[in-house]
Amino acid sequence: MKELKVTPIKDGTVIDHITPGNAVKVLRILKIPESTTSVVSVAINVIGKKGKKDIVKIENRELDPKELDKIALIAPKATINIIRDYEVVKKHKVELPDEVIGIAKCSNPTCISNAREPVQSRFQVICKDPPRIRCYYCEREPEDIADRII
Amino acid sequence: MNFKKRDVISIKDFSREEIEYILKYAKKMVPYATGEKHTDILKEKILASLFFEPSTRTRLSFESAMHRLGGRIIGFADPSGTSQKKGESLADTIRMADSYSDVIVIRHPQEGAARLAAEFAEAPVLNAGDGAGQHPTQCLLDLFTIFMEKKKIKGNNIVLLGDLKYGRTVHSLAYALALFKADLTFVSPETLKMPKEVINECREFGVEPNSTSNLEKAIKEADVLYVTRIQRERFPDAEEYNRVVGTYKVDNNLLKQAKQDLIVMHPLPRVVEIDPEVDSTPHAVYFKQAFNGVPVRMALLSLILGGKKL
Ligand SMILES: [Zn+2]
Repeated sequence: MKELKVTPIKDGTVIDHITPGNAVKVLRILKIPESTTSVVSVAINVIGKKGKKDIVKIENRELDPKELDKIALIAPKATINIIRDYEVVKKHKVELPDEVIGIAKCSNPTCISNAREPVQSRFQVICKDPPRIRCYYCEREPEDIADRII
Repeated sequence: MNFKKRDVISIKDFSREEIEYILKYAKKMVPYATGEKHTDILKEKILASLFFEPSTRTRLSFESAMHRLGGRIIGFADPSGTSQKKGESLADTIRMADSYSDVIVIRHPQEGAARLAAEFAEAPVLNAGDGAGQHPTQCLLDLFTIFMEKKKIKGNNIVLLGDLKYGRTVHSLAYALALFKADLTFVSPETLKMPKEVINECREFGVEPNSTSNLEKAIKEADVLYVTRIQRERFPDAEEYNRVVGTYKVDNNLLKQAKQDLIVMHPLPRVVEIDPEVDSTPHAVYFKQAFNGVPVRMALLSLILGGKKL
């Protein structure tokens, strides 16, 4: 954790190895700052061992699986560090499942999943890194996934 | 090979062996489709024909296919009188139709509608076209036409001509032809070229398609010329449309340079792509192609509903 340019946190989550430039998108996915009062630190273009990366630290919050899938869609190399009492108690890489349900909206305006039907959006993951997804219903591939995340 | 109770949403739902099986079975259906022979292998079966947008040709050929097999039909040809207009979801309409029928045929203006219908129906669902999406029975009848006219699909030099960019049925056809290892040539205006993904799919089957804008050159080698319509609404101005549309006109003068046994196909309706003078030449198979929808749909219905083998 020494490479961090920002001070360590007591409890919370550190999202490391975010694709450089994508930290802001991660914040948007996590609905920060709107849905939090915790302290959030962002480091952009930090020089790490494997080149540049972004880092996001959120105090007093752990992420749910849906949020992790969303992060995997825009930062497939991200690692999630759960911090309790200044210690990393859990560290893992994000991983996209083979199918993502209810986390992104189809970019095709005439796709049935965008009509008022009792179904959630559903995408097949056709490539995990770089992430590529294809709509289960209309078979189209959205170009900018980050803009499609619900 | 098991077809019983299967949904038919996309041509990609079938393997090459399965498609071959359907084509061979469709051939057996031809005398029944013309009315020369009679059968009632689907007696007691009910097909729900749900056309949320009009498509007379497809609807009539499905309905004719069901009647020729002795089955019955319920449904609608146009959604204006249905509860959909009152705001009912497609899922609910499908659940209702499902309880009244043994098989559902759906045509819908939105992409993915058939896939959604299949999720809510117990009965098998056949996609009769969903918006700009899939239209697998059209693809099968196109393959069947080549199979009947040329005895095989592999080894033919097949030219796909026209709007190759937006026409998704042409994308499915290119995929299926590559699955059969046909030689493919794509001819289109520069602005309406075949998308890269489709070309990549062909390559996955070991087929390297040629792309050109030169029809005169491509026609010399062709065994099959598949013509599609260029849609006016794709062009921002009429002048550009007229220029593009005028580039490719299939007429007797062009066909002078072609092989004698070249067949000309078109999913119909045509506008100006094929001159009516071609109709009376042996090259023209597009009306036969339209008829072929009946035996192909008969074969599918029979296989899916588990009718007695003919
Ligand atoms: Zn879609």
